[in-house]
Amino acid sequence: MKKKESTLINMVLVLFVITLAAGLSLGYVNDLTLEPKAKARLAKKVNALKTVLPQFNNAPVSEVVKVKIEQAKDSIELYPALQDSVFVGAAVTGASERGYSGLVKVMVGFEPDGTIKNIAVLEQKETPGLGTKMKSEKFVKQFRGKNPASFNLKVKKEGGEVDALAGATISTRAFGEATQQAYDAYMNNKEILVKPNN
Amino acid sequence: MANTLDHKQNFLKGIIKENPVFVMLLGMCPTLGVTSSAFNGLGMGVATLFVLLMSNIVVSLIKTQVPNKVRIPAFIIIIASFVTIVEMVLEAFIPFLYEQLGIFIPLIVVNCLILGRAESFASKNNLLASIVDALGMGVGFVIALTALGAAREILGNGSIFEFKFVSEDASTFILFILPPGAFIALAYLAVVFNKMTQKTA
Repeated sequence: MKKKESTLINMVLVLFVITLAAGLSLGYVNDLTLEPKAKARLAKKVNALKTVLPQFNNAPVSEVVKVKIEQAKDSIELYPALQDSVFVGAAVTGASERGYSGLVKVMVGFEPDGTIKNIAVLEQKETPGLGTKMKSEKFVKQFRGKNPASFNLKVKKEGGEVDALAGATISTRAFGEATQQAYDAYMNNKEILVKPNN
Repeated sequence: MANTLDHKQNFLKGIIKENPVFVMLLGMCPTLGVTSSAFNGLGMGVATLFVLLMSNIVVSLIKTQVPNKVRIPAFIIIIASFVTIVEMVLEAFIPFLYEQLGIFIPLIVVNCLILGRAESFASKNNLLASIVDALGMGVGFVIALTALGAAREILGNGSIFEFKFVSEDASTFILFILPPGAFIALAYLAVVFNKMTQKTA
């Protein structure tokens, strides 16, 4: 292949044209995928809500209450669930930065008195096959029907009541912390949720 | 000009004689990082195959227009653009895979396999040969990553493509799911692969 002469002008020109084309095509694809991306995120949230909440017939996603607390970077989201305008529980997000590979984010469904209905993992980057088992039925089962007021969310090694995942104590601890955060946020903000807004 | 036989050889060399993972040991970062399951390996392989194909096509088309001194930055911009496109498309349409691969998608940019093919092949050959080269190398990469992921998943988790064939409580070689297991599995697979291809070559 004949090498093209490198002069200042043609180097600047070629790089300019390439970056321009790259920028335009990226902008175009970004526009195209903006809507599906938002839809995918929403679908995930709605799915999580359905798995953790008792039967409800309102629209928790549009009635979300966001609370900012000191310990967490993102604000905590509380989704009230109403069945025929009666408060039946809420789904609350909680997060911990102390997972084995950073952020662990869960959504916890509570009954009105604070008893855990179910927990869904929203985000995690734990070790596949070890920490990722926090999504498994076997692990989540131990939290159902427990009230964090009497059920210590720490792992057994630290004086709590949670059976740690084999080989993933750190992930389990982060999971417990995130759940605790959700519980605290729920108890502190329950009045806002229970109050009927219409 | 290249005839069909050359194209066939060109395609097969990426899979066997110059397999990017087992023979040339290129692109080790995603190879070791994401292959904790067969599905992850396959997903990463296909994403890389797409970027490799697109970048080879574009590089081969513009090769005579790019001044020699700025060819590397030009190639990197092209590769980075395609990687970003892949990332956005995955997030929009296959969010599950997007979450699994995480940081390793943007890191496709620095996969030396892709820049290596752009520099050593696509910038010196015509469009058709570059496409064939990208397909061969890409398929070789997909096969290697899927094989490595499958080996690690079988040993470490007792499953293949998420299909579990041991009981939930069975103890497996967790080591193979963890980072050190990646090195061990890769080394053994490379040995087996090179032994096998030596005989037939």
